[in-house]
Amino acid sequence: MTFLKHNWWKLLSGLLLLYAILGGFMISFSWEGTGMEIAAESMRNLFYHVGMWFGMMSMLITGFVYSLRYLRKFDEVEDIKAVEAVNVGLLFGFLGIFTGMIWANFTWGTPWVKDPKLNGAAVGLLIYLAYAILRGSIDERHKRAKVAAIYNIFAFFLWVVLVIILPRLAGESLHPAGGGNANTVLPMHLQSSMRLVFYPAMMGWILLGFWIFTIRVRIRKIKLFTENN
Amino acid sequence: MLGKETKILIGKEIRLELKQKYVLNGILLYLVSTIFVTYLAFDKIISTDTWNSLFWIILLFVAVNGISKSFVQESPARHLYYYTVASPQAILLSKVIYNLLLMTILSVFSFVFFIVLMGNLVVNLPLFLVTLILGSLGLASILTMVAAIASRASNNFSLIAILSFPIVLPLLGTLMKVSKSALSASEWTGNYGFIVILLTINITVIVLAYLLFPYLWRD
Repeated sequence: MTFLKHNWWKLLSGLLLLYAILGGFMISFSWEGTGMEIAAESMRNLFYHVGMWFGMMSMLITGFVYSLRYLRKFDEVEDIKAVEAVNVGLLFGFLGIFTGMIWANFTWGTPWVKDPKLNGAAVGLLIYLAYAILRGSIDERHKRAKVAAIYNIFAFFLWVVLVIILPRLAGESLHPAGGGNANTVLPMHLQSSMRLVFYPAMMGWILLGFWIFTIRVRIRKIKLFTENN
Repeated sequence: MLGKETKILIGKEIRLELKQKYVLNGILLYLVSTIFVTYLAFDKIISTDTWNSLFWIILLFVAVNGISKSFVQESPARHLYYYTVASPQAILLSKVIYNLLLMTILSVFSFVFFIVLMGNLVVNLPLFLVTLILGSLGLASILTMVAAIASRASNNFSLIAILSFPIVLPLLGTLMKVSKSALSASEWTGNYGFIVILLTINITVIVLAYLLFPYLWRD
């Protein structure tokens, strides 16, 4: 029972994602007369593509929080958590871009369009890849942890402006509810059946992110322990 | 106390700059040659889009070149001395304000030189100047903080470009939007939202730098 007590959320993540995969392919919907005919059956990607963004957001926020905590206590474990959260966030970010490119190829005819959300996402990834480069260029462990934490906190706010505020101001976006006042309707608002899969799927992806995160943190902690002893 | 320290430190920065005039002259020459190269490549520019993007890209490179020296110009021993006599906040504020002065001079200079060679396409000059000043402030504050971060790592100069270009983009994108409308129409409406965003980015960056810099300064 103690196993379940500590790991129930991992089980829940698996069940939610299983449900999201089965449900995502099985539910039926129709986009006649909604202005979203172009997406057609590819709208099922909503459960996976958007899930990647939710996973990335939650991980990058986690990384930000651990960087703040590092600057309070200067505990090396907090730094490990911050860097691994960013790593998992990057993984989700790349998967989000790839799933989005496949989807864009079907609906918009090309894998990459000049859309504020796409460009924001790409530059957001550059910001966090630069974080990895910065860590690589400092040898001393404590200095690296401190400088990286400072950069992470600084970059997070500009990243928020980039991926959350600017696309909403840009006015024109091909994404649903992406730009201005013209289209504020999300697919879930039109087809209530989608909501039944969408919200559990998002929950599942976020939990999966935390699962990967805890595993990677444990590996790093063991490495740190063996280095020190 | 903070104000007095900052004032003395800004005076120090200016005296240092005037003592080593070749650094400032070097940046000015860099600016002139870059604009001249674009002039040779383009002759007169008619498209506002090209004018706008070239101008801001040149200004970005000039800013990176001008500000990247902020924390590596002086020896670590002298930094240790500053550490003992001044508060980190005063050091940061003096660097930001000094770089703001430098950036204002550089941006006005490049604007004048740019319109002389490339032709003046600006319709709404007051709006463009507001953009230029907000841009100088934003570039100065973001790049000062990035220069401080990069000065703690090895291969400082390439690191500054890697760290700053993506981070500067929210600011630069907004700047280019406002200045584009200053190139095409003479009215202000529709730009207030962007100007508020620019102000918000500037204030956030300065507050963050003010809070984070002490951790960076204490080695």
